[in-house]
This record gives sequence, C-alpha cells and structure tokens, in this order.
Amino acid sequence: MGLRDIAIVGTAQRPSEINSTFTSVELLLPIIQEVLTKVGIERQDIGFWCHGSCDYMSGQPFSFVAAVDAIGAWPPIIESHVEADGAFALYEAWVKLQTGEVDVALVFSNGKTTSGPINRILNLQTDPYMVAPLWPGFDVLSALQARACLEAGVVTQRQMAEVAWRSQRDGKNNPFTLSGTEMSVDELLSQPFTVDPLRAHDCAIPVDGANAIILAAGDAARRLAKRPAWIRGIDHRIDTQRLGARSMIESSSATIAAQKAGVGKDRIDVAELHAPYTHQELLLRQAMGLSESTHINPSGGALVANPAMAAGLARFAEAAESVFSGSADRVLAHCTSGPLLQQNLVCVMEGE
Amino acid sequence: MAELCAVVGVGQTKHAACRADVSIAGLVREAVDRALIDANITIADVDAIVIGKAPDMLEGVAMPELWLADALAAHGKPVFRVHTAGSVGGSTAIVAAQHVMAGVHGTVLTIGFEKQSDGNAMWALSVPIPFGMPVHAGAGGYFSPIVRGYIERSGAPKHIGAIVAVKDRTNACKNPYAHLHEPDWTLEKALETPMLWDPIRFIETCPSSDGAMALVIMSEERADKHAGPKAWIHATAMRSEPTAFAGREQISPRAGEMCAEDLWRKAGITNPAKEVDVLEMYVPFAWFEPMWLENLGFAPRNEGWRWVEDGVTDMTGSLPVNPSGGVLSSNPIGASGMLRFGEAALQVMGKAGEHQIAGAKKAVGHAYGGGSQFFAMWLVSSDKP
Amino acid sequence: MSEADGLMRLRLPIAVTYNWSAGPNATSHLAGLMEGKLIGKRCPSCSSVYFPARNGVCPKCARILAEDVTVGPKGTITTFCIVNVPFLGQKIKLPYVAAQILLDGADISMQHLIQECEAEDVRIGMRVEPVWKDRSEWGPSMENIEHFRPTGEPDQVMGSESGAS
Repeated sequence: MGLRDIAIVGTAQRPSEINSTFTSVELLLPIIQEVLTKVGIERQDIGFWCHGSCDYMSGQPFSFVAAVDAIGAWPPIIESHVEADGAFALYEAWVKLQTGEVDVALVFSNGKTTSGPINRILNLQTDPYMVAPLWPGFDVLSALQARACLEAGVVTQRQMAEVAWRSQRDGKNNPFTLSGTEMSVDELLSQPFTVDPLRAHDCAIPVDGANAIILAAGDAARRLAKRPAWIRGIDHRIDTQRLGARSMIESSSATIAAQKAGVGKDRIDVAELHAPYTHQELLLRQAMGLSESTHINPSGGALVANPAMAAGLARFAEAAESVFSGSADRVLAHCTSGPLLQQNLVCVMEGE
Repeated sequence: MAELCAVVGVGQTKHAACRADVSIAGLVREAVDRALIDANITIADVDAIVIGKAPDMLEGVAMPELWLADALAAHGKPVFRVHTAGSVGGSTAIVAAQHVMAGVHGTVLTIGFEKQSDGNAMWALSVPIPFGMPVHAGAGGYFSPIVRGYIERSGAPKHIGAIVAVKDRTNACKNPYAHLHEPDWTLEKALETPMLWDPIRFIETCPSSDGAMALVIMSEERADKHAGPKAWIHATAMRSEPTAFAGREQISPRAGEMCAEDLWRKAGITNPAKEVDVLEMYVPFAWFEPMWLENLGFAPRNEGWRWVEDGVTDMTGSLPVNPSGGVLSSNPIGASGMLRFGEAALQVMGKAGEHQIAGAKKAVGHAYGGGSQFFAMWLVSSDKP
Repeated sequence: MSEADGLMRLRLPIAVTYNWSAGPNATSHLAGLMEGKLIGKRCPSCSSVYFPARNGVCPKCARILAEDVTVGPKGTITTFCIVNVPFLGQKIKLPYVAAQILLDGADISMQHLIQECEAEDVRIGMRVEPVWKDRSEWGPSMENIEHFRPTGEPDQVMGSESGAS
C-alpha cells in the first residue's frame, strides 16, 4: 500500500515576545484564525486538529485543555494533543491524514518560554532519580557536549561563532524573531563565556510564541495552495538520554531520521534546523549529511527565537514558506527534543 | 489508506497505591515485558512506540518518555508522546493503532502509565490559579455537581452509585492485577461510607494507583501470520469540545454522543446494547456508569440508572460493564484509559481469566478526560470485520 | 525520609517559579472586582454573556469578547456539592458547599462558596447574593467575595438541563 501525498498549504506565526502578557489562548486564537484566513477555509473544514505544548512551560497541569477554547470546538471536533513540540503534532496529523479518514488538518503549538526559568524547567526532562536532583540544566549539559565536540575536533569555536553570526544576521530580516546583536565573528569570539565553553550567543534566546500550520492531502492540497510544500519523507527517532551511554559528538537519531526521510536522495536547498546551541547545528549538519550548498536557517533559526514547544513547528513554517514563495524547491524541516539532541524529527518537502 | 490491524499482545502491571518495589521505568517495563511476551515478540520486532500519560506534574518529570527511552530499549526507534488528559490512555492506543492503519508502521507498542505515589495527585489536579476562587477540590469537586444534576434530572434513587461501586469492587476480586481487592462490600456497608463530595460517597470514588498497561498492535499482514488470539480493531473514534461555554450540556456532553455515534457507524453497529458483548467504560466516580450508558447510546435518556438497578451491567447481565473492576478499582490515571481498551481486547481474545465474559465477541473500550470533554473509544472483535 | 517494607524513601520537593498573566482580555473583569463590580463579556457572534470570561474568548465561536456587561450581583444555584475531603493547599474550612451559580444576566455559571445556611438546606434553584469582604482586603480577585448567601427569594425553576454548564 502506498502513502498519500500530503502537503503543508498554509502557515502563520506570531512575532516573538519576551514576558508576553497574553495567555496561551490569546496567543493562539488570532494565529489559528490567521492561518485559516490565509488558506481561505473555515474551521468547519478542518477534519483533524492537533496541538503541541508542555504543561511545565506554563506551570499548570492540563494547560492544553484551555487551548481548545482557541479553536471554537463546537460542534465537537476530532482533536488530539502531544506533550511535545508542535512538530510532533504535525507528525500525528500526517499519520491521521495517511489513514484517509480526513483530508485537511490544522496543527498548532505555543510556548510561553519566558514565564518561567526555562533552563531549570527543562532540567525536569532528565532522569528523575540520578540527574534531575543535581539540577544541571540544559545549558550545563550542552556545554559538556560542546566541550566534547571541541576536544574531538568535530567543531571549532570559530565555527560556532560563525553559526551565531549568520543566525543573527538572517534573523534580523525575519519579523517573527528578535533581532540580535551586530557583532562580527571576531567580536563574538571575544565575548565572555557564560557556561564555558558556551558564550551567550551560543545559546538560543527563549521567547514566547505560537504558530499554526494547515496540512492537506492530494487534491485538497492542490486546491488550497498555489505551490504546496509536499511532504516527501518524515521520520523521528530517539537516542538514549544517559550521558555516559552515548557519543556526545554525534546524533545517531538525527542520522537515522534523516536517512528515513530521504534527505540524501537529492540536493536540499534550504534546511531549517532546530538547534538551540551553535555546536548542535554543526552536529546536525554532519549527522544528516547536509552539504555546503544547503542554505541553513535563512529564518535565523531557533538560536534567535526559541519558543519552546513551538520552535520545531516554526522550522516547518519557515521551510514551507520558502517552497510557497518559490525561493526553494527541496527543503528540510527539523525539530529536536530532550537534552543534547536526544530526539530528532526530520521532514523533507518539495514544491512541484 | 486505512489498513486493518489487531491487538496481539496485552500486558499490565499489578496496580497498587504505591509500587515502592519499582521505579517509574521499572513499572513501565513490567507492563511492556508482559505485552511483548504475550505477543511472543521482542522489542527488536517493534517499529515504533507510542506512549501516553496524564499531567507530568503527577510525578514531577517533564516529558518522561525521553528519559524512559532507555527502559524501553527504544534507541534508534520512534517514540511518540500523547497527552489528552484523562482520556489519554484511550487516545494513545488510538494514535498507536493509526500508525498501523496508515501503513506507516507494521508493529507498534503502546503504553499508558502513571506512578501517582511519586507525587501528590490532589495537589497536581488543583493547582490554584491566581485571581480565582479556590473552591475547587480535585476531580471529585469538579464532577460531583454534575452528578447531582444527573440525579435531579433522571430522578435516580440515591443508592445507584453505591450499587455500581459494589459491583466494580466485587468484579475486581476476579482480576489479579486490580489495585483494590475488597470482597466484603455489601450495599448496606457501602451506603454507610462517608460523603466526600456530597452526593459522591467514599465508596463511589476511584483509588489513586501506580500502574501501567501496554499493548502490541500489528498490521493485518503480520497479525495473520501471528499465532494466538487477536483483537481486531473494527473502529476507533475521538471527539473533543471546550470545557465550559454558555448552554453546555455537562451531564451528557455532545462530544461523547458524537464519539459513540461515529464508532457505531464505523463498526456497523445499529443496536449497541444488543450487539456489544462487554463494555469497559471509564467510570472514575460510580454515578458515571448510568450517565455514560445514556451518553453512549446504550440506555435511553434518564433510564441508565434502571439498568444498574436491574443488574443489566453485572457480569451475569446482558451488558456487562467493567468486569475488570474498572477505574473504581484501579486508577493509574495515564493508564486508566488504556486499561479499558486493553481489557476490552482481553475479553475478545478470551484471555480475561476469571473475569472473562463467556463468548465475548465484540467489546468496547471507552475513556474520557478533562471536564468530560475529551472522548476516545474503540471497538474490538475476535473476528475480522 | 520514611522506611517501610525495608525500603528507604526520600521526598525531594521540586520548586519552579512562574510569572502568571491573566491576559489583557481579563482586565475589565479584574478591574471591576477592585470596585466591587461583576463585569462579564458578551460574544459578538452568539450574544452569550460570559462571567468570568476565561481568556476573554467565546470557546464556542472562537471570538474575542469585546463588549463589557455588568452581571449579578444576585444569582441562582444551578448545582452544587458539599466538600468533605481535605487536600493540600486547601484554604477553606470543611465541610463547605461549592456551588455553580448562574449570575443574573450571565449565560454561564461560575463556582463559589455558599455560607450562612446549613449545607443540607442548599438546593438547585436557590437564589443567592454575594457577601463582599471588607473593602480594605480587596484585590483583583474573585476572593473579594467572601461567599454567597441565600437571598430568601422564591426558588428559580431551572430548565430540564439543570446541571448544564
């Protein structure tokens, strides 16, 4: 049996904010309406809804329940929620569309990343018995990884600064991100370490954000978009979380997911990588076998705007928009989850 | 396009107030190992893992599936996390089944778990929100006024909840995995238990449990080659609606009705009360048995309580409900929905042991969550559709 | 630390502090409470009046509620429960009546305390009114209302959907 042709046909993103006073519902409602308006359909036309968010980001159990209020779920709808980045909600919607039960799906995600201490909150993703009680936080764990990579010669400090410089330069042109500094690579390299060997610009800027994407199958996709971003391959994989049990200088889950998604079958014009630390972008490029000709994160990437639980779906929005506009033909969207690139989702999309 | 699939392995833990003998990982692994053994496969045969649990604050671990990748031997595999409140065990099984129906994977392992003794459920379910009035008192405080509304509307006598509770606790004694094994309940004794959230009595509430349920779901192609009994998934359905809006019917929410209507349509069922042999329904407070019987289209409106009183839902009745003892006897929240789905599968596989309903061919698993707003159901059968 | 079954257990509390925002759409509601007013909002699409307007949206229509509407202060009990179970962080003395109250002019009930009568005398359809705390204790919170009490007016006959919303 063959899989159906499924494409992204519309996206909407909210400009990033710090310390947003909006509630999650207030963040989501306009963005859901915007994507519906852009695609030119009503909420009743959506066969399946899927939401990605994390209770610990909002400090409230069942926080996603209120988000149903942003949909207008009446009459009742077919809907699901993942405790994960919206990119995983997109994956669930893709699976749902593959069953043939529905033809159009809307996925959305939100993260109020600046309402709590994100580094401390993400610490709660680690082993609750042996690691979490030490409260290392993600910055410290990532610094361990960065040092391992530097020592092994897999990345250099200059390459890391170049990633930061390029991300900040490109992010300035993106209305959805916060503009970064205008320092040169050399100036960046002269900045003090925050968590040695990481400097401030090596770590993503946590922001509050929300986004929504509409997916459609076959003819519905052709009807709803001039140039749909067809999903040619999508896959996600996980690695062990135990620091001592895996290689810190590679990401085998990203390698497998990229291979399953068919990354290597042809040239990738644009890759939107969800890399919250500069060295992780370099690791991901190697893990997925991306060549120098691929334009990495023209949006500026998660480094200049990282709404946790929405940053992965934002990569899908950015990659799909580059297909819509015709500026790219074959694109890659990626989402990572967990400490040290533990879990990776990779999707390859093409224009027709 | 939608392929046929079947449950070929079911495994659950012994549910208990505190499984101090195992970690969260050990608890999950106990269910997984049993499901894999039941399916006669190893983890190497599993293409993907779909895992669900209720709020992460119940244990204080954010997105614990990440850390659990080791315990699940999931390295290099897809691990997918679902969270749809109390319905999550059901939704998770459905999302897992859809991976197979979609033709994306051939063998999927799905897990629902909760280790409530690692945290404080009453706290986690009643985190006070600033600027509001802190009258909320856990799930019981939320659902009790709705139960009162049902009693008022249907004219049900006040002892109906206790009848359900005694039935489920008695059934649980036939289920070695159930948390509560309390064989000595009588209706008289039940009616002497104190009112916690009047009109809900102590006996009519669910326990707080540690536990996990795991299922192995295979594509038709693989299941056909698989020896042993199978539960063919004839239909799945999910519906959601907002928690609160003007004019909302809370006693019999529209989303629940639509979920059931969708299930009956997909499974070709015209008379659920006659055609369904056994029903594993999500009943965390006893009164929800008659309420859901009506909501799902089994009993006519305001008549569900009569079915309870007449013994229709007893193990010996024409529509046995929760022979496993149900949520009233074991409630590891994130697993509770999958326990309903898995117990339904066990019944049609003929593997329910002492609580087996003889000759069960069609069984329904049901779960709900949030403010009675998220619904998930499946219908499984010993025969292919 | 406790020992049972030969096992040693550690209790390790986790604390994370969040900044919580009620959102701009809640402003008129919360500002109203500071002045002893109950301000709800009307949906521009279905005309339902919400109090309090959660996130300032109509969940049915997915519309932002723009028009402020003063509701109450009296209301009718649509359903209730008597809470007898203690839990962590509880602020109110047991037993207490938690009731769903449909304020006059509102289309959705809200939950509050009923006092100044015996728990067994509380009934669906009972008319109630708010008892405010001393003004010096007011803040932007529904806690400004100490509780609701019976007005003594005749009961309101509720529709067949008693318990609905």
